[in-house]
Formats: sequence, structure tokens, C-alpha cells
Amino acid sequence: MADTAKPKATGKTGSRRRAARNNADSHFNGEKPEVLLDYYRQMLLIRRFEERAAQAYTQARIGGYCHLNLGEEATIVGLMEALQERDYLFTNYREHGYAIAKGTHPREVMAELYGRSTGVSKGWGGSMHLFDARTRLLGGYGIVGGQLPLAVGAALAITYRGSDEVVMCQMGDGTTNIGAFHESLNIASLWNLPVIFVVINNFTGMGTPVERSSAEPELYKRGSAYRIEGVRVDGRDVLAVRDTATTLVERARSEHRPFLLEAFSYRMKGHSVVDPAKYRTKEEAEEALANDPIAMFEERLTEAGILTDEIKKEIAESVKAEVADAADFAENSPHPEVSTLFDYTYATPVANESRRMPADPVFAE
Amino acid sequence: MPVITYRQALRDTLRAEMHRDENVFLMGEEIGVFEGSYKITEGLLKEFGERRVRDTPIAEEGFVGAAVGAAMLGLRPVVEIMTINFSLLALDQIVNHAAKIYGMFGGQNSVPMVIRTPGGGGQQLGATHSQNVELYYAFVPGLKVVAPSTPADAAALLRAAIRDDDPVLFLENLGLYNTKGEVPDEEVVGEIGRAAVVREGTDITLVGYSRMAMIATQVADRLAEEGISVEVVDLRSLRPLDRETIVNSVKKTGCAVVAEDDWLTYGIGAEIAASIQEGAFDYLDAPVRRVAMAEVPLPYAKPLENAALPSAESVTTVIYETLRAVGRRVG
Repeated sequence: MADTAKPKATGKTGSRRRAARNNADSHFNGEKPEVLLDYYRQMLLIRRFEERAAQAYTQARIGGYCHLNLGEEATIVGLMEALQERDYLFTNYREHGYAIAKGTHPREVMAELYGRSTGVSKGWGGSMHLFDARTRLLGGYGIVGGQLPLAVGAALAITYRGSDEVVMCQMGDGTTNIGAFHESLNIASLWNLPVIFVVINNFTGMGTPVERSSAEPELYKRGSAYRIEGVRVDGRDVLAVRDTATTLVERARSEHRPFLLEAFSYRMKGHSVVDPAKYRTKEEAEEALANDPIAMFEERLTEAGILTDEIKKEIAESVKAEVADAADFAENSPHPEVSTLFDYTYATPVANESRRMPADPVFAE
Repeated sequence: MPVITYRQALRDTLRAEMHRDENVFLMGEEIGVFEGSYKITEGLLKEFGERRVRDTPIAEEGFVGAAVGAAMLGLRPVVEIMTINFSLLALDQIVNHAAKIYGMFGGQNSVPMVIRTPGGGGQQLGATHSQNVELYYAFVPGLKVVAPSTPADAAALLRAAIRDDDPVLFLENLGLYNTKGEVPDEEVVGEIGRAAVVREGTDITLVGYSRMAMIATQVADRLAEEGISVEVVDLRSLRPLDRETIVNSVKKTGCAVVAEDDWLTYGIGAEIAASIQEGAFDYLDAPVRRVAMAEVPLPYAKPLENAALPSAESVTTVIYETLRAVGRRVG
């Protein structure tokens, strides 16, 4: 399969955006307006959710690290539209939007960021470790590359049982250089496992450009040593992502083999909330903002007469209310009880498990 | 009761558990066609086929992680890592993933898997193939670590490990595979987290696990001929650690020696000695001594290797010294 777009390593502000728009079909042939508006709403929800999370972080309502999906909204919505409910998803630590788009209530995601017992991981995981057994989001993972072998194993279990779910495994561009990436792709291909490895390429691993960390910076080609077909898609275009990912997901399901999908997009802000991204030039920062997938989609929808000022306002208000509700829910939820500290060390109770607190003697009276 | 080898006990148990539960399957390097580096899985590929006895590439992080992922979906993988030295390549998947998934996600998903792997020196395999790094895993909450020393315990604890819903590191030892012992015909499920007093005695407590528990019983049997009554505690489980059984024994004998195949500094014995001083301080008549490997990368040359490893002789020496310290005339 040919790549659908070719980003350059550097470029003048707006050049990539123009190229993408030329490829885009602003008339949305055959697309239902209500579906397009639903995508738009989902994207806006993730955007506003992340902005609210950043605010809560600076207000010290959220601790630890907080990596945001700002700029990746079209990719996320497109990818999740390609999955069936029964399909599994593994992600890295930049996964708030994925959880929401896979079906977790924004309240439960925000409550997890706040470390509350009503959070999707009951306050045990935090921003980097969202998990929802109900929606089959089998984890956000904080160690770069850690989720890949797990995703391969999930696909192995699917194959073992002869069922037809597919596993999607998301990662960042920097992950393509870690050993687990290569071991996992090799095993997935060798054993014919239905995994879609998705590389979110925002051209930067923390502050290091892809060209300075990857000897093959055309990341969709990184599966070629394992005979894994790779495709690149414009991650700013929700429909392109949806269509490309759907094709790969359904091929994985029917052909029982893995694929590698690279989706490029621009990071609107730093690596995490606390990163001011000073390593970026003014031009680079402006370029990122000029490639805002929501602004681009908004423009297309407006040009096509689908997004009127009235609808736009209506969606903006409902999204704002939903995010405010999520933050209120989180704020008003209880912290986990200290008495639950030892509830989740082991699934099978075991003799002599230590339940001592820091100042307790080893041998309790 | 039939007398079989440790190796046979493992193989019989794997086979029986695979017949019992369709979700149990085996993964590892060379476990199928080659039938295992140490032949634990001999005959199992022929009996169960490739779906359930899966040869993996040489990619410990990849296949151990795949086992974790398969376990997350409810299968019960039993992974063989050829030796514990190679488990270091899978450290991230074992420590950062297998051990964390249940707790980190608020108990939503357990990881019912077993990692079987042998430790042990003494085979002239050199520094990278002779280590005893079970401590790395015993250190981590969320993992369970068992280290059986007899064929009967190997069968009972492997059965328990496979049926357990948590990740269990099952420590074997190159020096134990050919040892023989009685294994009951009936199905015994061992209890993880419990030590056992395998020789009762009154003069001194000798604590060991895996190969050193076997050595400990041999030493106890020999010293009995000299009128020294050694109580042997076989830890069986390194995490959780059964401190109570150790301390109760020391309260009876008043002194203790720990025999371990790992290095002394920060080792398993250090934790046991600390536990004894806290739990039986008023009962101790002598310092707790440890017999452990010399702190070097284990050399290849036989005289050097022999000198570095703990043995029945070195354990006996330290028992004598400890008994002299409490005023006994021995040796």
C-alpha cells in the first residue's frame, strides 16, 4: 500500500497544511453530516478535556506527569472509529483521549487524573495508567515500548481461542527505536497475529527530532524487516485516519497478520504540561498551531455548509458543559481509603503477604 | 510412593495441568522441537502440538511480555526462560508489567502466569550463566517467587503456581534436575508463602532454599551422626517470605545459619538475618551467620568455581563455628 502523504522533516509554516487540504475532499462525498459532526464533537471534547486537565494540573489538582493529546484529536477519533467494540486497545502514557473515544466516561478519566476512587483505575494508575476492562482499553503504559509485547500476547490469546478480535497498539515515534518494538513486530509477524501497531509521529520524542533518533525516519517502513506492511496517513485528517485504519483493522481480522500504521500530526504544546518546549523555534511553534486538526476540520465542515455558526455554538457549549461536569465529578469524588492499600497486591490471597505500614514492626503483636 | 527425578516431577505436572485446563500452554526457547535445554518439556510437543507448546524466538522481553498479554486475556501461560540469567532481558516485562498490572489498574485484570527458570552455578558455565538473581524478583510486591528443593515440592508448587491468578516466578536449579525423591501419586497443591521445617532439631536452625535446602538436609543428616541436632527450614517461597516459621525455629534453637547460593551482600540471607534479629532478639545466643557465594563473577576454572560456591563443607564449618560461639564443643 502506498503512503497517503509525505511529510518533510522541515518546512515553512503552513506548507504541510496546504498540501493536506489539496488532497482533502472538502465536499465529503457520501459522508453523513451527523457522523461528521459527531467526529467534530468528539475531537472538540478531547481538546477541551485536555485543556481542562492542563489547568487542573497547574492548580495542583492533578499530580505526577500529565501528557496531553493536543493536536492528535483527529488521529484518535479516526482510529477508534476503525475499531469494533470487541477489539482491544493498548496505548502508551498519552492516552486520555483514547480512553474517552473508546467509551470511558470523561468523568471517570478526569477522576483518575485527580487520583479519586471513582477514577477508571480507582485512583491507582493516574494519567499514564488508564485501564477500562469494560471498553477493552487494556492499559495506558508508562514505560516506552512496554505495551507492545503485551499487545502481541493479547493477539496470541485471540488466535489461541480462534476468535476474531483485533488488537490495536498505539505508541509514539520514539518507541520505534526500542528493543521491545523489534521483538514484538518480529513475533507478531512470525505468528500471524492480528495487531495494528500505530505509531503516532509528532516528529519529536520529548525534545529530540525523529531524524536525530531514528536511522530510518520514515517510520512506516520500520516493519519491513519483519515483512509487516506499513502505511502512513495524515493524522490531522479524521476521515483519512478512519478509512486507512479501518482497512488495516479488517485486513488484520480476516488475514490474521499485523500491520504498521504511521499517523503524523503536530504537538500543539510541550511533551507534557510542564514542558514549555523552549527547544522549538518560533516558526516551529507557529507551524504546529497552523496544523491544528480541529481548526482544519472546522474549516472544511463550514465550507461544506455542515457546520453552521449555530451548530458550532451548540457543540461548543455542550462540550464545555461535559468537561465542566467531569471536573466537578472528579473534584467531588472521594480519595481512595488508606484501608484499601493492600487490596490489589495479589489477585489470589497468599499466606504471609506483608501488610506492614512504614513504621510497623515486621512482627506485629 | 514412586521415586522420580525433579525433572520428571516438573514434566509430569506440566502434562497433567495441560490435560486439566485447556488454557494452560507452554512458551519458551527450544522447548518444543528441541524438547528443552534441560529436557523438562520432553515429549510434550508430540503430545500437545504446536498450539500448546510454542517455540519462541530468542527474544525474552518479547515472549515473556507476550505471555503477560495472553494471561491478561485469561490464558495461563507457563513460560520457560532457559536460565535465570536470561530473565534479565525480560526484567521490564516481569517487574514493570507482570508485577504491576493487577495493582496499577485497580484490580481490574489479573496476570495468571508462571515463569519457570533455573538458577545455579557449578556447571563451569562462567560468569553470565551461573548466577542466582532470584532476589531481584523476590524484592518486588506483585510477584510471587517459589523455590522448591525436592521433586515432591516441585510438583506441588508448580501445580499451585499454575492455578494461581498472579504471576509466579518458579525457581529451579541446574543442580536439582537429576535429584530423586518420593512424589505422591495423588494430586497435592502446595501452598505459596509457606516455609517448612523439613528436619526437626534442637541445637541450631539451618535455613535454605532450592539447592541449598537440599544441601542443608544432607548436612543435618550427617551432623546427626555426631549428635548435633539441626533443624532445617526450607523456605520454599521467597515472596511472600514465611518469617514466622523461621523465627519460631530460632526461638527453639537459639541460633541460626542461613545457606544461600546467591551473593551475601543484600542477599536473601540478609533479609532472613534481619527478620531473626527483630523477631527472636531475646532468644539469640550467637550472631546469625550466612553461608553464601563469594562475591565475584563466577569463574570458569574448576578450582576457582568450587572455591566460590557454598557447599556442604562450608555450611558444616559455619555450623560448627556458630555452635562453638554458644558454648558447644563440636567438630
